[in-house]
Amino acid sequence: MNNDIYVVIEHVREQVADISYIMLAAARDLAQETGGEVVGILLGQDADGLAGDLAADKVLYGEDPALAEFTSDAYQNALAGLIRENAPRAVFFGSTTIGTDVAGVLSARLGLPLVSSCLKIDDGMIVSQICGGKIMTESNLADTTTLITMIPGGYKPEEGQGGSPEVTPVAVDVADLRVALKEYIEPEVADVDITQEDVLIAIGRGIQTEDNIELAEELAELLGGAVCASRPVVDQGWLPTPRMVGKSGQLVKPKLYLALGISGAPEHVEGMAEAENIIAVNIDPGAPIFDIAKYGAEVDLFDLIDYLLEALEDA
Amino acid sequence: MTHIMVPVKLVPDLVEELEIADSGTALDMTWLRLIINEFDDHAIEQAILLKERSGGEVTVIAPDQEGMDDVLFTAAAKGADRIIKLIGDFEEGTNNHALARAFADAAKDAGPDLILTGVQGNDDLDGSVGPYLAEYLGMTYVGYVAGLSLEGDKAIVQKEYPGGLIAEMEVSLPAVLGIQAAEEPPRYVAVSKVRQMMKEASIDEVDAGDLDTSGGLEVSSMYLPEAAERAEMLEGDEEEIAAKLVEIFKEIGVM
Amino acid sequence: MAANEVSHSPSFTKTFYESLFDVTDGDNLKSCLQCANCSGVCPFGYLMDFPPGRMIAWMRAGIFDEVLETDSVWMCVSCYACTEVCPKNIPLTPGLMTRTKEEMLLAGNVPTELQSALEFSQRYGNPLGESPRKRAEWAKDLQPEVPIMRKAKRPVDVLWFVGDYPSYHPRVLQTTKALYNILNALGIDYGILGPEENSDGDTQRLAGERGLFEVLAEKNGKAFSRYDFKEIVTTDPHAYNAIKNEYPELGIEYSVKHYTEFLAERLDDLKPLLKGNGEVKVTYHDPCYLGRANKVYDQPRALLEAIPGVELVEMPHNRTTSLCCGGGGGGMWLDGFQWEKAHVRLSEWRVREAVTAGADVLAVACPYEPPRFEDAAKMVEGAGNLAVKDVVELLAEAMED
Repeated sequence: MNNDIYVVIEHVREQVADISYIMLAAARDLAQETGGEVVGILLGQDADGLAGDLAADKVLYGEDPALAEFTSDAYQNALAGLIRENAPRAVFFGSTTIGTDVAGVLSARLGLPLVSSCLKIDDGMIVSQICGGKIMTESNLADTTTLITMIPGGYKPEEGQGGSPEVTPVAVDVADLRVALKEYIEPEVADVDITQEDVLIAIGRGIQTEDNIELAEELAELLGGAVCASRPVVDQGWLPTPRMVGKSGQLVKPKLYLALGISGAPEHVEGMAEAENIIAVNIDPGAPIFDIAKYGAEVDLFDLIDYLLEALEDA
Repeated sequence: MTHIMVPVKLVPDLVEELEIADSGTALDMTWLRLIINEFDDHAIEQAILLKERSGGEVTVIAPDQEGMDDVLFTAAAKGADRIIKLIGDFEEGTNNHALARAFADAAKDAGPDLILTGVQGNDDLDGSVGPYLAEYLGMTYVGYVAGLSLEGDKAIVQKEYPGGLIAEMEVSLPAVLGIQAAEEPPRYVAVSKVRQMMKEASIDEVDAGDLDTSGGLEVSSMYLPEAAERAEMLEGDEEEIAAKLVEIFKEIGVM
Repeated sequence: MAANEVSHSPSFTKTFYESLFDVTDGDNLKSCLQCANCSGVCPFGYLMDFPPGRMIAWMRAGIFDEVLETDSVWMCVSCYACTEVCPKNIPLTPGLMTRTKEEMLLAGNVPTELQSALEFSQRYGNPLGESPRKRAEWAKDLQPEVPIMRKAKRPVDVLWFVGDYPSYHPRVLQTTKALYNILNALGIDYGILGPEENSDGDTQRLAGERGLFEVLAEKNGKAFSRYDFKEIVTTDPHAYNAIKNEYPELGIEYSVKHYTEFLAERLDDLKPLLKGNGEVKVTYHDPCYLGRANKVYDQPRALLEAIPGVELVEMPHNRTTSLCCGGGGGGMWLDGFQWEKAHVRLSEWRVREAVTAGADVLAVACPYEPPRFEDAAKMVEGAGNLAVKDVVELLAEAMED
């Protein structure tokens, strides 16, 4: 076993996912403890260009037509060989729709331990966050190659960018495929792209009825922004899916995120924690949203909106 | 006839405050309230939906934990044909490697064509159950599935990516799928139906033997997160707060 | 067959019809005149595909299945308005409407909002989804201490059944604390069950979840049997209704009073404590489960009139004709569903009447009401200065200097 830290670079449709950069930042922290290099593992077809700005010491590039887009078994097979042969100190995977399809299978196939939900590396310890953010754990690297799945929140993507690593092709074996990508189905066409807005008025369960969404729309209009929502609102069918912020929705970083009646479940927070200014309005003083907001107000939503609309119209 | 197996587990109910055991490396089980892993609940629903649509047989299997009988009878009331409880040392919790091995042993006997299980659980520390189960059984694994249909010996699955993108994948059976969401929210069953089921249905008990926890991970410490720095709370009535907000909007330059 | 599809055998109508005779006075159903008074008085009758009268007509025609194919029964707020006006005294609310909801629920035809309230009730013993361990959290820092039966380990005169919303809802906690102050001021020897208390289950029952009601009632019955007390006093008229009228059928028999009855009996002790806060016009809203369902009309009014400076004015709909706040029969957990259908709120209608009556304060006696009417007051023109207060809050305020 060597001291290198591997990072499985995730990409979908020729775009490197933010989690890849976040993992590189964590891998750098860990490599400083182990004294090894940070090595990006890039799998794809005609994809070596994606290595461009990865903050890795080097990138191992495995090419195969079956790797053009992600499928679980092609990745599992390719990575199993690479990890077995090179025996790095640790391998990072995203705690994502891609990484979790691979990491667990490899843990079982190669008999290697797996640490889930790593938030950050602290003095060489793997710090994980579980139970909806209510519990933290620390674990050491095991005596063997340790597999780690990473959640966002502990590093900014920029910390894993700005490199220009050397790309080394490696042979990969993807034999015996039982999963095939048929097609990507585009999300409903968004009427607005909430990831591009400076101001987001975010509504949650607290909005109560579909009709009240109009109030949020008015606010958004006065502030020159758009309305987005947490999952319950979208599940009710009150707003289209592209307006959903969170784990299975959009990742947004507006200047202002005004959270109205949103409690702040981790699945939602994951999509908006990076907003510059979070202001939360919630009648429940215990709502976790107040833990990440810059400003909070523990008042009735609808009263506040009325006054706020008035004040904004006057201003 | 398609045989669908749904392994489920209980996880800590986050409605309650969680506490750390004296060992400092695990949750204090005395105060823990357990509920069915919500993703497993979706897996049950998805299995029942498939059965209703294209026939088949659904088996729900779970480790013996306090409250599990209710979960199993509820699954039966929803339409599960067989409910199985694994008997073993599960009461104090175990890791997902061990749980997956126990499920795998039972699955080898039952021989399902398709296994649906929750894509994750809130207490997963050593990965989630689905991928291990797949590997121990030599099956394929695809996770984050939110809808599927069966076509012969293949499943056509909708796999969720961030931003609402869906990848439609063709998966050869037998396979394990990690369910993110069923096509419809888990249905409600009236308590009287569950009570009826408690009289009519029976839980098959299967001995899980000694649990093999190898491959799991050693936690060196477990703790509650430090109270986050809380928001600066704006004081006053709604009208005053509205005025303060306008000032803040100006300050951060969105007005 | 999909499990949430309604499908019944041809004999279904007959079985269903006969099951209605098990309800007290159920036989009266046979004498329905089809006068449609019930449908006319129903606050949502105008938008139901099947208001009560038409349900009976379809039942007589043997095609009751058709009723179950629509979701109009989920507009029923179990307010007893239909039952009150029925010239033949047919138990429409407790019989026909509730049984129909039970059938809907068995078929899995349940609006999502209602589903989660029922699941929470099952899991946590309260429909709000709050931690059952924190049921007495409201009492934590109060001095004098609120005696919790398990810890107090002594007999008490009164077991105070606090209820769901009074235990958890931030607005309704004010009512709870007001009642606490009054019990202390009167020197009442009382205790609460705390975490051993479960939802009374009555609204779940009226929303069609009979089985859940029984489970909750049995849990409360067990808790009652562990302790020694003379009578139960409830904050919530729904709990009062359940313990008074429904629990005895399950063998859980205790003397129970709503707090308005309990305090009205002690008016002589209470009066000297009431100082008043100047002249104020108060109108009283009769909660469905105190008024129509249990005929308690005078005691709350007597309490209000005992407060110096209070002038009691009546709204056009009062006592037997009182208007529902919209929270009953599951309405509390169907706000979104009912809004989609109706685009009006029953609570706003009520608040408009209070404004027309010239009241400064809309007094209530049910924990569902302060949040509902306060929300409504924000939407109703001219209601900006209307305060919504529970009777017990007005009493407690009148005791302060």
